[in-house]
Amino acid sequence: MGELRLMKGNEAIAEAAIRAGCDGYFGYPITPQSEVMEYLMAEKPFERTGMVVLQAESETASINMVYGGAGTGKMVMTSSSSPGISLMQEGISYMAGAELPGLIVNVVRGGPGLGTIQPSQADYFQAVKGGGHGDYHMLVLAPASVQEMCDHVKLGFDLAFKYRTPVMILSDGAIGQMMEKVVLFDQIPRRTDEQIIEQCPWASNGRPASRDHHIITSLDLDPAGQERVNLKLQAKYKTMEENETRYEEINCEDAEYIFVAFGLAARICQKATDLARAKGIKVGLFRPITLFPFPAQEVAFIGNRVKGILVVEMNAGQMIEDVKLSVGCRVKIEHYGRFGGIIPSPDEVVRALEKQIIGG
Amino acid sequence: MEEQFEKIEIRKPENIVYKKTDLLVDRPLSYCPGCGHGTVHRMLMEVLEEMNIYEKTIGVSPVGCSVLAYDFLNIDMIGAAHGRAPAVATAVKRLWPDHFVFTYQGDGDLAAIGTAETIHACNRGENFTIIFINNGIYGMTGGQMAPTTLPGMRSSTSPYGRDVPTMGHPLKITELVAQLPGVHFVTRQAVHTPGNVRKTKKALRKAFELQKENKGVAFVEVVSNCNSGWKMTPVQANKWMEEHMFPFYPLGDIKVDGKLVEKKEMVDKE
Ligand SMILES: Cc1ncc(C[n+]2csc(CCOP(=O)(O)OP(=O)(O)O)c2C)c(N)n1
Ligand code: SF4
Ligand SMILES: [Mg+2]
Repeated sequence: MGELRLMKGNEAIAEAAIRAGCDGYFGYPITPQSEVMEYLMAEKPFERTGMVVLQAESETASINMVYGGAGTGKMVMTSSSSPGISLMQEGISYMAGAELPGLIVNVVRGGPGLGTIQPSQADYFQAVKGGGHGDYHMLVLAPASVQEMCDHVKLGFDLAFKYRTPVMILSDGAIGQMMEKVVLFDQIPRRTDEQIIEQCPWASNGRPASRDHHIITSLDLDPAGQERVNLKLQAKYKTMEENETRYEEINCEDAEYIFVAFGLAARICQKATDLARAKGIKVGLFRPITLFPFPAQEVAFIGNRVKGILVVEMNAGQMIEDVKLSVGCRVKIEHYGRFGGIIPSPDEVVRALEKQIIGG
Repeated sequence: MEEQFEKIEIRKPENIVYKKTDLLVDRPLSYCPGCGHGTVHRMLMEVLEEMNIYEKTIGVSPVGCSVLAYDFLNIDMIGAAHGRAPAVATAVKRLWPDHFVFTYQGDGDLAAIGTAETIHACNRGENFTIIFINNGIYGMTGGQMAPTTLPGMRSSTSPYGRDVPTMGHPLKITELVAQLPGVHFVTRQAVHTPGNVRKTKKALRKAFELQKENKGVAFVEVVSNCNSGWKMTPVQANKWMEEHMFPFYPLGDIKVDGKLVEKKEMVDKE
């Protein structure tokens, strides 16, 4: 049905944004995601759909542009990589507090600090646990292919508006840069201003004489009021946990061991699963697609059926905390990680399984 | 005696000489008595009412004493993070180009933490109005030194007066942005006398009229008092403002129709 193309992950993000009917993109160059804005500028979406694309003076400005656009009900996004996402944290917290929909793409690179431009998954905690100040979460999607980079843009916008929440696509430098086949969904027309006004009855986009004024803010100086805001947010996160948990299971039916991995690490583990099975090791892969809400029940269900779990991440051990919290302590759970931009090979992952879980 | 007086209703439309605009919400302002913020709010709303553009206006409020401006201004508002109003307004105006958009910011907001956003929105020539309330101090957080605090001026973080060698010079950001080609109209006004209030209102009107022409930023600075931060009565504060603030921040137009105004007296009297 859709159009088949060979694309980089970053390009898929950009093309999907245009096709999803996105109204505005605001960003600042940083490797390894600069192709997102480069692609957008080259494609002239202002002519294709009327979408606004603006190179901002910083990631701080970008996220506040997203905040402003979202505050008027428009479908807006930004993309960056780790250091830039750190700069955005105040703005993301404001979006969560003011309950604004928006899409933030993090094509993660190795840290801390300026780190490296190579792929990493070291921003899991920042993405999933809040990152900015205050008790809040983003809904976090973890694509493992160029196809999912494309699909998660559409899904991300849908969820952002459904829950009036910032949504993050937590990808990495490899998925951003690698080329794969992707089936693009058909162009969805941008909403008209009238449709936006109707669909977003909370937005600030001009007060007609017939209604009260709208205020977009994350401030409530009255502690009781601010507690109510927090309770509302927590209830929303609970609903997300109930309805929006997404995951994938590969070769898990007869598995004695499982890998738990997201994004690029899951792609590597998928290959490792094949290699291990060729050796007679019955291993499967559990891949969380939403990192928040985390598929806690599902990983616990399968985790408690197997003899051991190896959590493979391109970081020092972050998602493993959620796996341990979900599964409990009856099953052996170990972590295998490479950091700083090193991508583990499927072979070394199998060796880690043998050494840390099967032999250990 | 009483029956001699017949009660006549004089509150008729034809008798009204002054009325609070409906665009100000009927609730007490959170500002200190005598503070300039409230007066600027009123002028701003009167302009939107007279131009009849309020239905198509989106305001962006700052973090500072006017953080609650959205509670008083009866139009759609977005409260920005500290200093980021020009970035917020950039997106709003680009996405709603037929709307009128303004930011309302203090000196800490606009000229310290938000300097980059201010300069770049101005330099891009965004088509919105920036209203800049310069009271030379951080009013909201309790009177700390601002980028605009005068040399020698006391604040809670310059208790012996602003010491220029260690604390730096006050920043004339308004003169700075006037240099940028994206900025079309720059003026500096005050609201401490009826005459100044009228001039400020005229400047605001002009700034919003310019948005119809898409000529770039219209920047209206209002030099204002902060009785609480300056630790003065409102009357003392206004006098001090005339004697100290105006010589350093002279009132008048700085850039009109995209051209800098030739100024003989625009010399620092430090
Ligand atoms: C990121 C951040 N840093 C600091 C503050 C604290 N803060 C709130 S208002 C303010 C200064 C406001 O001064 P100004 O912009 O001059 O406005 P005024 O109150 O004088 O009108 C500061 C530092 C904050 N809210 N956010
Ligand atoms: S602290 Fe200063 S700026 Fe703030 S309301 Fe009071 S007088 Fe006005
Ligand atoms: Mg101030």
